[in-house]
Amino acid sequence: MHNKTIKELADGLRSSEFSSVELTQYFLTRIQQHQHLNAYITVTEDLALQAAQVADERIASGNATLLTGIPIAQKDIFCTLGVKTSCGSKMLDNFIAPYNATVVEKLNHAGAVMLGKLNMDEFAMGSSNENSYYGVAKNPWNTTAVPGGSSGGSAVAVAAGLAVCATGTDTGGSIRQPAAFCGITGLKPTYGRVSRYGMIAYASSLDQGGPMTRSAEDAAIMLQAMAGFDEKDSTSVDHPVPDYSQGLNSSLVGLKIGLPTEFFGEGLSRNIATALDIAIKEYQCLGAEIINISMPTLTLAIPTYYVIASAECSSNLSRFDGVRFGYRCENPVDLADLYTRSRGEGFGREVKRRILMGTYALSAGYYDAYYLKAQKIRRLISDDFKNALSQVDVIMSPVTPTNAFGLGEKTADPVQMYLEDLYTIAINLAGLPAISIPAGLSADGEGSTPMPVGLQIIGNYFAEAKLLNIAHCYQQVTDWHRHMPNGFE
Amino acid sequence: MHTNQWEVVIGLEIHTQLATKSKIFSGASTEYGAEPNTQACAVDLGFPGVLPVLNKEAVHKAVIFGMAIEAQIAPYSVFARKNYFYPDLPKGYQISQMDLPIVGVGHLDIEVDGETKRIGITRAHLEEDAGKSLHENFHGLSGIDLNRAGTPLLEIVSEPDMRSAKEAVAYMRKLHELVRYLEICDGNMQEGSFRCDANVSVRPKGQQAFGIRAEIKNINSFKFVEKAINHEIERQIELIESGGSVVQETRLYDSVKDETRSMRSKEEANDYRYFPDPDLLPVEIDEAFKAQVKAALPELPEAKKQRFKTYYQLDNESASMLTSSRALADYFEAVVKTSACEAKLCANWITGDLSAALNKADLDISESPVKATQLADLLVRISDNTISGKIAKKVFDTLWQQPNSSADDIIDAEGLKQITDTGAIEAIIDKIIAANLGQVEQYLSGKDKVFGFFVGQVMKEMQGKANPAEVNKMLLAKLKN
Repeated sequence: MHNKTIKELADGLRSSEFSSVELTQYFLTRIQQHQHLNAYITVTEDLALQAAQVADERIASGNATLLTGIPIAQKDIFCTLGVKTSCGSKMLDNFIAPYNATVVEKLNHAGAVMLGKLNMDEFAMGSSNENSYYGVAKNPWNTTAVPGGSSGGSAVAVAAGLAVCATGTDTGGSIRQPAAFCGITGLKPTYGRVSRYGMIAYASSLDQGGPMTRSAEDAAIMLQAMAGFDEKDSTSVDHPVPDYSQGLNSSLVGLKIGLPTEFFGEGLSRNIATALDIAIKEYQCLGAEIINISMPTLTLAIPTYYVIASAECSSNLSRFDGVRFGYRCENPVDLADLYTRSRGEGFGREVKRRILMGTYALSAGYYDAYYLKAQKIRRLISDDFKNALSQVDVIMSPVTPTNAFGLGEKTADPVQMYLEDLYTIAINLAGLPAISIPAGLSADGEGSTPMPVGLQIIGNYFAEAKLLNIAHCYQQVTDWHRHMPNGFE
Repeated sequence: MHTNQWEVVIGLEIHTQLATKSKIFSGASTEYGAEPNTQACAVDLGFPGVLPVLNKEAVHKAVIFGMAIEAQIAPYSVFARKNYFYPDLPKGYQISQMDLPIVGVGHLDIEVDGETKRIGITRAHLEEDAGKSLHENFHGLSGIDLNRAGTPLLEIVSEPDMRSAKEAVAYMRKLHELVRYLEICDGNMQEGSFRCDANVSVRPKGQQAFGIRAEIKNINSFKFVEKAINHEIERQIELIESGGSVVQETRLYDSVKDETRSMRSKEEANDYRYFPDPDLLPVEIDEAFKAQVKAALPELPEAKKQRFKTYYQLDNESASMLTSSRALADYFEAVVKTSACEAKLCANWITGDLSAALNKADLDISESPVKATQLADLLVRISDNTISGKIAKKVFDTLWQQPNSSADDIIDAEGLKQITDTGAIEAIIDKIIAANLGQVEQYLSGKDKVFGFFVGQVMKEMQGKANPAEVNKMLLAKLKN
């Protein structure tokens, strides 16, 4: 049941093979059984069963969508009316959202059944899920390895079959990197494709919500429900939403795939390079043409990102001041004490580190040297992509430089952790869509556990349908996306 | 006076609350005076995940203002975040504009002691207002009311072009008049719809460089602006003359003690860490929109005043007064049009009796019990000699008391119609002459002044209802014989 696609499950619901209530109960039981994975921060059992009941009635009445009655889960960054929305932080451990995020509203509207809220790095800052106030979610392929982050809980839930699919958000790789580490499909749409309203902001100019699923076909269905202009988000784009499922299975003959030399050189693990080589050969067999390209600004992406993202977060997180909602320190003596202790006690180390970096980057006398310079480089990076995508249809690259690393392995060195996002970050800076798909299982040394490897496909603005088709075609001739970790089949 | 050696330099920053129905970045109402925190939605409260959406009407009103001061309207302007912590600032930043404001360089002409002076306007930018902190009745704690949070403001920054508190007040009044004319701000200073910060410095006369300035915050009346600035000027001059020097700082005017006191120095000033707000797109304004706004612009006070002077042949003072508000000017034009009377007569009545009555009753022209058509009817009766000007005042007073009646009703009911029957007047004149032969003799011996005595006697006898011109003419004829 938990390894079926959305379409298979929708067929089962329609033919009354099983009801949504039964399906929901099945997943609730699995969540219970695999609690040690720590994928969920909150399980909304009662709400889920109620929603499933409503979904069953809707299916019976004949006006259901493909998602009606399908058990999904939300990253705990999306506000959910009446349900705790913690953003992985002690700061919001007591926060019950008074409204639904647009994405939540849309998925509810489609009839999806929300099982609960998923674990994540605090305020989406992290690449390993180790920055969660609720403890790390465990990678089901190897529970001593990280699941990736920040949408770690989402990746774990989907990989382990604790939800059919999940929402994630991606600011510098937070959908794609955990998708790669956990062997699932994750799509970061074009900036502005999915509404950010109700998605707690980390870095507003980079944040983008997207689907995390077991296949490109499922991602197409889920994105269909999530995408679209939202008048509540001025940065969402009023661009028509195509039928993402319709174009799947289009021929790849003549497709020009660009491979940036900067992404396949030093720093990339041998086992990943080998796995990707095979995947790219598969595309050649499907008729695609491979073109080597150079994108010299890519190496500037990490410092650029950490200036811009930190600057925005330093301002975005100012509202968490202990005054109106969230954590408030005990017995503040005055206003300064209220602020410093509420924020000092409510935020974790990485969040505080980025607030400090961002505050510094925006300070008088440093603004030009850091923030303004970073914005200029951001433009250069965008131009580099624009140039590349005028020569090729899509760009392929690794998602991560290594297999999922061990728990605690990189927590002592923040820079090492930041380098994890080497291949994903530039895409956010350019605002482009990119998808991560499972492209092999590979051990990085003798005796080590084979772990999923991700392939990243980057497309032009609003080319989500193209990316989904390219991913889907690969998934028609390979079965990496069908593999489930031991014990979760 | 020591002040003679010093030149005063003043620049004003005026916050005008734009009269939009909803807030600048949310759909909550901007209505004043509601129960605390009943007009603050999730966006105004800065809840996690919420996003601002720009109110187009606020942009429209800012462009109207820019057009009215002949400023450059930025084709591309940007919202920026001004970051600082305060409990009545829910997001921890205020959305404002910094590098690229919507309204660029413009100007406003003021008149002081009969001289016209052009005051430069550096810029005007859109921003959101903060909430209010309430420090009373909370037993040592502070209350926060966020109803005002997110109310649209247009901050209008002048050049340091004013040289006295009087000029500053004239500029502030002129701006106040303009924003109400344009109907972009209700101008209510009590409710904080029009607030002023003043930058004040002094320098020895003839010196080019500016002195160190102090900024006086949040002055909310014309009277206080003048007082606060004059106090600050005096404080600075005394300080310098006693060997001290002015420090750059923010000062607060205490209207009760009538003094300014230091709030914070430059060193204590916040580093606001301005940066472009990534939640909002830049505002783009094209030529077509500007043309549309320009076409819809009402006649501006200065143009109206000039027109009143040339078209209606009014003197400067009457024209200024009548154009001091759009409603008053409209009232005047309605009276002229309906009555077809001489404009000067209409102007005199409106700036005279009507204004005096309104002032006494503390009413705005829009609340006048005597409507324009009613006043017009009254003036028609003066023009056609039905009543004299003196009787008209009496009719006006009655009309003020009985706004549902008309001038004609009152004239009829009280028998105030002017007597033009020469026979009746002649009889009275004869009677008066007969009774005052002594005065007749005086008049005939060359004492022309006595003529006035006869006029007065006749008018008294006729209870003021005789046509004065007719009385003059006939009396002159009779006395000469």
